[in-house]
Amino acid sequence: MASLKELRARIGSIKSTRKITSAMKMVAAAKLRRAQASAEAARPYAAAMRRMLGELAAATKGEDGAPRLLAGTGQDKVHLLVPLTSDRGLCGGFNSNVHRLTVQTIRRLQSEGKTVKLLPVGRRAFNFFSRDYADLIIDKVVGVSGKEVPFSAASNLGEKINALLEAGEIDVCTLVFNKFKNAMTQVPTCQQLVPMVMDEADEKPAAASNDVALYEFEPDEGTLLEMLLPRNLQVQIYASLLETAAGENGARMTAMDNATRNAGRSIDSLSQVYNRTRQTNITNELIEIISGAQAV
Amino acid sequence: MPVQIEIISPEKVLVSREVDMAVLPGMEGDIAAMPERAPMMLLLRGGIVALYEGETVTDRYFVGGGFADITPTRCTVLADKAVPVSEISIDNATAQLEALSEAWDQADKTDTTRLSVLQDQIQAVRAEIEAGSSAG
Repeated sequence: MASLKELRARIGSIKSTRKITSAMKMVAAAKLRRAQASAEAARPYAAAMRRMLGELAAATKGEDGAPRLLAGTGQDKVHLLVPLTSDRGLCGGFNSNVHRLTVQTIRRLQSEGKTVKLLPVGRRAFNFFSRDYADLIIDKVVGVSGKEVPFSAASNLGEKINALLEAGEIDVCTLVFNKFKNAMTQVPTCQQLVPMVMDEADEKPAAASNDVALYEFEPDEGTLLEMLLPRNLQVQIYASLLETAAGENGARMTAMDNATRNAGRSIDSLSQVYNRTRQTNITNELIEIISGAQAV
Repeated sequence: MPVQIEIISPEKVLVSREVDMAVLPGMEGDIAAMPERAPMMLLLRGGIVALYEGETVTDRYFVGGGFADITPTRCTVLADKAVPVSEISIDNATAQLEALSEAWDQADKTDTTRLSVLQDQIQAVRAEIEAGSSAG
């Protein structure tokens, strides 16, 4: 049985761990609120962008030579996967969920005979994939998550993907990230960026309204579309980065809450052992004194 | 009858209110969004969006390029970057201009797409500095 001194030290160390985890929980909660607010604030831009794109796509429908961002390269050989994770750990299964889904997708694509390339975002993803899939990694982006996500991070990433696409190095691009459902739940999701997938819902209003044909475009539709598509790519990436930031903090908050509660539980059980040990020691000493006195 | 103007940057909505007229810096020249204007989609250069109430300019915003969607009742500006003119930091813009000029000098002069992108960026930053100094 552990000595009283050892037990005291263990209880003390768990107490300070609990202090740290509960502080981390508070910090994550505050950051989560901020991340959620900025995700909320970014929504109108994405919505307006989708509306414009729908109108433009309807106006240019049927024309030849659609930009690669919209239609892809027409092939389906080289896939680029972009897993989005955080830079730091201690957020439960948040990062490993993305890793698992990415690995599954890599295996599936490879078994179909496709070439897979990786562009991990976040230090966690980069470290994880450098172990088993180092030869697939073509580039990396770290230092994005954690603090406020600047739009420039998304636009740089968008430009990288666009350049790869224009160079014909990739045919399909897919983001793998945690969709933020609520602070407790994040759902790992694959989202195809290129070729673009238009939701049914996006196309309907454009097709239904008669205004479409009346639109004037300056400069012409093709040029506008060419300018708008890379922007749209960046906006989609930005939205996913914001979801990742919110999800990371949500996951960390939940994980730290659990850790704090676990620490409390082990402190309770250790204190019980400590008290019982102390009582045993006292009883033993008493017995010794009493039996010593009787022997005299 | 006023027109509903919205200036939206990727990070947030800057303005959403009703004005009598908004003058937008179109890529091929300035265009005013007024009530009952024919619907139009516009590519923007870096410049000033001026909001009018009656005959007077009430607010001026700098936008660093973007798109505008104009309908008879509404005008949505999707700006790559947007700031009120009074909040422009000339020091930042000057530093940006220097960095861009350097990139221009180092750029491959045969790569025309890269050059035209840089040119647009330089033009936008110059417009920002001009707007900032006219306000200050």
